[in-house]
Amino acid sequence: MTKKNSLFTWIAARFPVREFTKQHITGYYAPRNFNFWYYFGSFSLLVLLNQIITGIWLAMEYVPTADGAFASVQHIMRDVRYGWLLRFMHTTGASAFFVVVYLHMYRGLIYGSYKKPRELLWLIGMLIYMTLLLEAFTGYVLPWGQMSYWGAAVITSFASAIPYLGKFIMVWLRGDFTISGVTLHRFFSLHVIAVPLVILALVFLHLTALHYVGSNNPDGIDIKEKKDRAGHPLDGIPFHPYYTLKDFMGAIVFLIIFSIILFFAPKMGGFFLEPDNYLPANPLQTPEHIAPVWYMTPFYAILRAIPNKFLGLVAMAAAIALMFVLPWLDRSPVRSIRYKGMLSKIAIVIFVVSFIGLGYLGIQPVSPLRSAMAQLFAASYFLFFLTMPFYTKYEKNKPLPDRVTA
Amino acid sequence: MTTKEQEEDEVIDAARRCFLRRATTVVGGIGAAAASVPFISYWLPSADTEAAAAPVKVNISALEPKQQLTVSWRGQPIWIIRRTQDMLDTLTQLTAQLRDPDSLEDQQPIYAKNIYRAIKPEYYVAIGVCTHLGCIPNYRPDVGGISPDWLGGFYCPCHGSRYDLSGRVYKGVPAPLNLKIPRYMYLSEQEIVIGEDKEGVEST
Repeated sequence: MTKKNSLFTWIAARFPVREFTKQHITGYYAPRNFNFWYYFGSFSLLVLLNQIITGIWLAMEYVPTADGAFASVQHIMRDVRYGWLLRFMHTTGASAFFVVVYLHMYRGLIYGSYKKPRELLWLIGMLIYMTLLLEAFTGYVLPWGQMSYWGAAVITSFASAIPYLGKFIMVWLRGDFTISGVTLHRFFSLHVIAVPLVILALVFLHLTALHYVGSNNPDGIDIKEKKDRAGHPLDGIPFHPYYTLKDFMGAIVFLIIFSIILFFAPKMGGFFLEPDNYLPANPLQTPEHIAPVWYMTPFYAILRAIPNKFLGLVAMAAAIALMFVLPWLDRSPVRSIRYKGMLSKIAIVIFVVSFIGLGYLGIQPVSPLRSAMAQLFAASYFLFFLTMPFYTKYEKNKPLPDRVTA
Repeated sequence: MTTKEQEEDEVIDAARRCFLRRATTVVGGIGAAAASVPFISYWLPSADTEAAAAPVKVNISALEPKQQLTVSWRGQPIWIIRRTQDMLDTLTQLTAQLRDPDSLEDQQPIYAKNIYRAIKPEYYVAIGVCTHLGCIPNYRPDVGGISPDWLGGFYCPCHGSRYDLSGRVYKGVPAPLNLKIPRYMYLSEQEIVIGEDKEGVEST
């Protein structure tokens, strides 16, 4: 017995390292027909790791005070060795996180990964998405530029629309009568400690739930129904080495694209880092044109489309809440879009057009035409969800295959 | 797929697999090492910290005999002490009690490698940080102050290390080395610069 093996044996007698590896890696059978869309879960983990490590490093030089924050970010960019690189890795990572999470969610949407028995898996995923929005928002405030300041002012003002208690809640959130250094400091604490801990806990629950019910696949049929004599699914392959290698390959391609953006277009023409945020926060002047970062603009467009403060916020909250109840809106007997009827396919196209359309309009300044378009897209966004119980129930589906298709 | 192809498929080329695994590990290892460079460099002093560590000029014209002046350079206390002839006379009496009386250890620039550990014997310049664990020793010129045979020197309050009036460490105390003498030079009779000499600026 080699020395390394004896150490491993010593540990294995005291910790279920073999059992854990077998259950979750070498003995976890995933469907053999995963395609391109199945990269984005592992990419999310990769970006999460990037955000945590670069975030820890940035916090070493960042100063969370109204007087020091803006200058400390410039200090990181100019004076700290490779500070510019780590900061751009963090800011590019933030946008990359939403790119991969949106594609991951879209995958779940088209292949019906939210349907029974994966409803809870979907709900935990939605909670991760919500927490991620909170994390992105609190992080966005930290550089203490004009967009940071006014973004925080607008978003905390959402609370003031709550009847009776609104004003009180808003002041409670801010810790001051306006956005100030007090707000900045608590957002820093939330951004670097509280929210990341919640995200990590939710990711753990997400993976636990996934490994309990097993992965869905592009055909949306259950691979656990047909097993070989050893009890392994006939259409399943062990996660390691098959999908670890596939994800490793994907990660290389992802990192190449990520690096190209990181080194050549970290601001992405104002989409990832907005020009106005290079001006220090000024509580006495709002920037001429204020829009959230791209990943929040679809909801922002819904908010602006409704000409009533309270109802606008209700509509925005409903737009997110509807995604939570997706598993109970879809009444189709099949999961995957491949076997759903024409109505579902048209509905998904309308949904994608609406979501991207809202996202585009949320970036643009308001005009009468754009407001009307935003109202139209908001209506089609809601109709996609609200009519789902009907078109999924009555449409004619294609017959499901017996085994997964290659 | 024909039966023959399937059979060929099932033969595992172990050598090829081993080569691929090793090649991936080496290339991946080099990548990981390269990626760690920014994270490690990030911890080094930043450009503004280095700028703040520039040499400092000190005017010594107002210094009275026996008086100690402390200035800050790179966040460390720099002592400038104007020694009297009495104080300088003590330096030759202590040789047997000192760990490194001839300053053989590299704790001073070459021009301070003498019993005065100074350019001009009258003015003593040193970094006031104990070579044991970094406390700041007290200046104790009072004869008999620490012990009956005390001739004056520096006494560290943390762990009792003793140095003579040239910052040379005594035997039998925890500190291993003489006090560090920084690079310095006289710009004129009244002004010295700490952290820089004719050879250049003290390295970081």
